[in-house]
Amino acid sequence: MQGTQPIQAKYRGVRGAKPLGLIMSLPAPTSLKKTPLNARHRALGARMVEFGGWDMPVEYSGIVDEHMAVRTRAGLFDVSHMGEIEIAGGEALKAVQHITSNDAAKLAVGQIQYSALTTPQGTFVDDVLVYKLADGHFMLVVNASNIIKDFNWITEHIAEQGDAVAVNTSSRYALLALQGPSSRDVLQTLTAADLSGLKYYWFTTGEVASVRCTISRTGYTGEDGFEVFVPPASADRVWNAILTAGQSAGVVPAGLGARDTLRLEASMRLYGNDMDETTTVVEADLGWIVGWKKQEFLGQDVLQSQKAEGPRRKLVGFEMLDRAIARHGYDVYIDGAHAGTVTSGTQTPFLKKAIGMAYLPTDRSVPGTEFEVEIRGRRAQATVVPMPFYKRQK
Amino acid sequence: MYPADLKYTKDHEWVRIAGAEAQVGITDYAQKQLGDIVYLELPEVGRQIRKGEVFGTIESVKAVSELYAPVSGEVSQVNSSLTQKPEAVNKDPHGSWMIALKVSDPGETSDLFDAAKYTELTK
Repeated sequence: MQGTQPIQAKYRGVRGAKPLGLIMSLPAPTSLKKTPLNARHRALGARMVEFGGWDMPVEYSGIVDEHMAVRTRAGLFDVSHMGEIEIAGGEALKAVQHITSNDAAKLAVGQIQYSALTTPQGTFVDDVLVYKLADGHFMLVVNASNIIKDFNWITEHIAEQGDAVAVNTSSRYALLALQGPSSRDVLQTLTAADLSGLKYYWFTTGEVASVRCTISRTGYTGEDGFEVFVPPASADRVWNAILTAGQSAGVVPAGLGARDTLRLEASMRLYGNDMDETTTVVEADLGWIVGWKKQEFLGQDVLQSQKAEGPRRKLVGFEMLDRAIARHGYDVYIDGAHAGTVTSGTQTPFLKKAIGMAYLPTDRSVPGTEFEVEIRGRRAQATVVPMPFYKRQK
Repeated sequence: MYPADLKYTKDHEWVRIAGAEAQVGITDYAQKQLGDIVYLELPEVGRQIRKGEVFGTIESVKAVSELYAPVSGEVSQVNSSLTQKPEAVNKDPHGSWMIALKVSDPGETSDLFDAAKYTELTK
């Protein structure tokens, strides 16, 4: 959530408000990209913000309401700002293996994996989902603010891998995320595709409300849910069909504000906050998305030696002990010495706790380790806790 | 919708003046802009605060904001029950007073807005 923006022009107070992460900002709307659902969000009364160059809904009824709806019923998100980059050709697998950390050879057609686009230093160009569309054909779902950077990076780094070409197909898809325990039942009323048979991190194709879609059992909330890739011209139709079908089940539209608090409760990392080009996959404690037995990928040697020797620092989850909320960018102190910074932090609606993530020296990353966060000139106590903060009942 | 017995600042605080005492809170407009309020930090009783000075901090899920005193005075009361349930500010902003001040200079209220002017300002 880089690029925190000034508070929206019309609202000059409560004065001196320091915007953090997703907040009310409203730069010149003309320069912002719009999803096919932009007018729909405005009609629903959403508060709109700039996010990664896009004009996006941050909340409709309120972050807490929407967050609770997703934990207990379901919420519908427009995440069409996310990018899609397809890699195809006779050597597509080799190309994907070279540029991503996870082992794409393990993917069957129809299967998805979480992975990292890595630099030769083992740090993140981006975090991505890799879809195996067919033999020799993959799709990477990437962060909105990284689409151009990723595409250029991929094009450059697959050039020497043989027969593989990358295409930025972002404009071909609107992306709707239906998330929450009621998701399956609601979506099933609109499609003949067998959703019960669709396992977590698998996808299928089928009609949703008579629109040809790719339906993926994935999400960024810690709940069961689906992400539906829709032709942009039909996005409004599918959006409305899902909300109508879900009305009696209490499905509500949900914005990027709830998406952020939901993902943090579920300990899912946010690119630009929790990891970036300066942090390695091992430091981000995402060793499980590294294919350790792979022949080769960018940054492999760095990650292998970090795994063997232990990284110098590690991303940890924490809870505040004092009544205070730690936020992105706040400084962390151990025994009075500066020890790192908070990467994400908020008061979470479901757990009703002030939680966050921070990079700490590895020898101080054990659950139970206490440290201090500097909040407006004062030091507040926090303690390392195991992640995830929240795990759904299966 | 903005109560006529309150005065308002351009920073979206309200003040209710009764004799020498002034209660202070934030407006409906401010709570709507902030969204779900989850944290409130208020000063100690007895602190001297000047008009325009920061007297506390309010946080919603997504934002941190400072609170500014609409008038000068000594903090005579702090609404500590509100710090225990800050979400009440969303439900009843004009009933949720945060602090009371012993007003040191009644003349300072002259540049505050009345309800009609404040309604204009927030349109």
